[in-house]
Amino acid sequence: MTPTLITNVHLIDPQAGSVTHGALLIENGHIAAVGAEIAVPDGAHVIDGGGKHLAPGIVDIGVKVCEPGERHKESFKSAGLAAAAGGVTTIVTRPDTAPAIDSPETLEFVTRRANEAAPVRVVPMAALTKGRDGREMTEIGFLMDAGAVAFTDCDRVISDTKVFSRALTYARSLGALVIAHPQEPILSKGAAVTSGKFASLRGLPAVSPMAERMGLDRDIAIIEMTGAKYHADQITTARALPALERAKANGLDITAGTSIHHLTLNELDVADYRTFFKIKPPLRSEEDRMAVVEALRHGLIDTISSMHTPQDEESKRLPYEEAASGAVGLETFLPAALRLFHSGDLTLPQLFRAMALNPAKRLGLPQGRLSPGAPADLVLFDANAPFVLDRFKLHSKSKNTPFDGQRMQGKVQATFVGGKQIFGDA
Amino acid sequence: MTFTQKHLLGIEPLHPSEITTLLDLADQYVDLNRRDVKRSDALAGLTQINMFFENSTRTQASFELAGKRLGADVMNMSMQASSIKKGETLIDTAMTLNAMHPDLLVVRHPHSGAVDLLAQKVNCAVLNAGDGRHEHPTQALLDALTIRRAKGRLHRLSIAICGDIAHSRVARSNIMLLGKMENRIRLIGPPTLMPAGIEHFGVEVFEDMREGLKDVDVVMMLRLQKERMDGGFIPSEREYYHRYGLDAEKLGFAKPDAIVMHPGPMNRGVEIDGTLADDINRSVIQEQVEMGVAVRMAAMDLLARNLRTRVEGQGVYV
Repeated sequence: MTPTLITNVHLIDPQAGSVTHGALLIENGHIAAVGAEIAVPDGAHVIDGGGKHLAPGIVDIGVKVCEPGERHKESFKSAGLAAAAGGVTTIVTRPDTAPAIDSPETLEFVTRRANEAAPVRVVPMAALTKGRDGREMTEIGFLMDAGAVAFTDCDRVISDTKVFSRALTYARSLGALVIAHPQEPILSKGAAVTSGKFASLRGLPAVSPMAERMGLDRDIAIIEMTGAKYHADQITTARALPALERAKANGLDITAGTSIHHLTLNELDVADYRTFFKIKPPLRSEEDRMAVVEALRHGLIDTISSMHTPQDEESKRLPYEEAASGAVGLETFLPAALRLFHSGDLTLPQLFRAMALNPAKRLGLPQGRLSPGAPADLVLFDANAPFVLDRFKLHSKSKNTPFDGQRMQGKVQATFVGGKQIFGDA
Repeated sequence: MTFTQKHLLGIEPLHPSEITTLLDLADQYVDLNRRDVKRSDALAGLTQINMFFENSTRTQASFELAGKRLGADVMNMSMQASSIKKGETLIDTAMTLNAMHPDLLVVRHPHSGAVDLLAQKVNCAVLNAGDGRHEHPTQALLDALTIRRAKGRLHRLSIAICGDIAHSRVARSNIMLLGKMENRIRLIGPPTLMPAGIEHFGVEVFEDMREGLKDVDVVMMLRLQKERMDGGFIPSEREYYHRYGLDAEKLGFAKPDAIVMHPGPMNRGVEIDGTLADDINRSVIQEQVEMGVAVRMAAMDLLARNLRTRVEGQGVYV
């Protein structure tokens, strides 16, 4: 493979927390050198980055690809194209498919399909309990052997604490990472929005933001009891943050993520019952959103995910309460995240620490770094290029984005996976 | 006179002057309804379809009568018994009906926002006859007309709304309307039946009924749904009646000429004392029913006028 030299770029290094002007050399699928000046090796393919930004590709924990079961909503191919167009180089897939990914056999199917169809790296997660039913734990050992990087029942909370604590104890013995959805399941049952003025105005069934804190408190107690390695999929409320901070200070093996939608939208965006804004957990108040952005800045919240959840038109064109939850997010992930950069809330290294470095570290992957030796999974983007999002131009089969018609800033110009350019014409 | 709405989906989008316009016209229809011959041809040639996805006798009858007195061709569809059971979506149902060229669509649905959704997909004027816990605009308008006729004005009154505010679309529409007309609104009820964040709606909230009723001009009682009576939201029917049921003693805290209202159907002995409900000196519950027909006639008349303007002006509906 001929070496590739990308010159004249602003290099975003999330480990160093720096943005510096320079060049990056790719050899044999890995980053060979990074520096202000790099001599052009013989026969190298040179790409002029045009002064744009080069960052490690996004590692997105919690992407739903609807294979097996609902391929009409999203396939590995369409999700992979959307990811490539969005600068996401590793998608960490969710097991909440139909059937759930809860056995080595189904996991093998996913791995095979993914390698055939997707241009980006696909790293699968598996269910923590069989059928995600919260009753019996899955074959965690076999599933790890088959390539599962984490275990999660996704948005289903295992309400039986005995089952959950045993699964965590068993997972701990194998060093497996468990990802849970902190939420009090009875309090939040049937809720479509977050309780408060807006929910009351619209007359929609609502859940107190406190339900997230209750779920997290319970989980923290179980982690303390079992010593398991735990990641909260989405922390979205201010009141859950002190609990998270204490758990971290107490030395528990806990990390937390949040979704790009909770960072950039709030409950008022639902407006006149717009179901594309119905996600799980529901969008929060502006105060909560700001608190979560702040927690991300300080590193209390570790990761950002797109929580990519494709839904077809039929499941969204319903009264709000009946409509399905979830939004697609792969392709809009970076431009949405750049809103936080342009608003001055977060720096680019802070963003890529949460979108690339931290998720990779937590999953034990070598990606997410911009240093020699790391895989050359990269995204070259223009942070300022403006555009108006047209949902029908998305690569995903499902077009349920909350950003339709919105002004965005930031366009991906090229995406590289293992040194190979898979998107863009740089 | 101004009334620029295409649909009547809620009180929220209405301007105070539009509310006044509608009530003024409704006053005229009250007179018409009291005559021997109760006919007008305001809606002659137009088709009105009543689509009720939720059981209703009173509201449906009121809309039907209103349409018939104005000369519309009225059709009632009980949606519980029909295609919805066969798995047809709300939008498909709407499109199917739309193809039959109705002019006025009166819709009640158990889910908040469902009527808004339906209105986006049809060409005719849509009237919300109650959607989930969201809005019930004609109820608020008929309440407003009743108050205006009883009190001589619809501003600077102190009005108490009592009971299950959390699950009530009637309460939401009334809070909105009475607030727009610059009245003082007091909400009374147990905290389990009070929606979150309600204090931001420009209202005062009371848990003690006697305190809440102090010197009010109007007492609006809300119906307590049977399924909410036992244990879930309140301990029991009898404790609720003891603390929040309206009787002569509690009404004594209101102004001596305060009127008593109830949207019906009443649970006598749960939220209101039976004798008080029938007291013609205090209770205006029967007037509310009468005003209901007049207000619905006015609403449909105004929407039909806007419909005609559009047909002639822009050809949108041709």
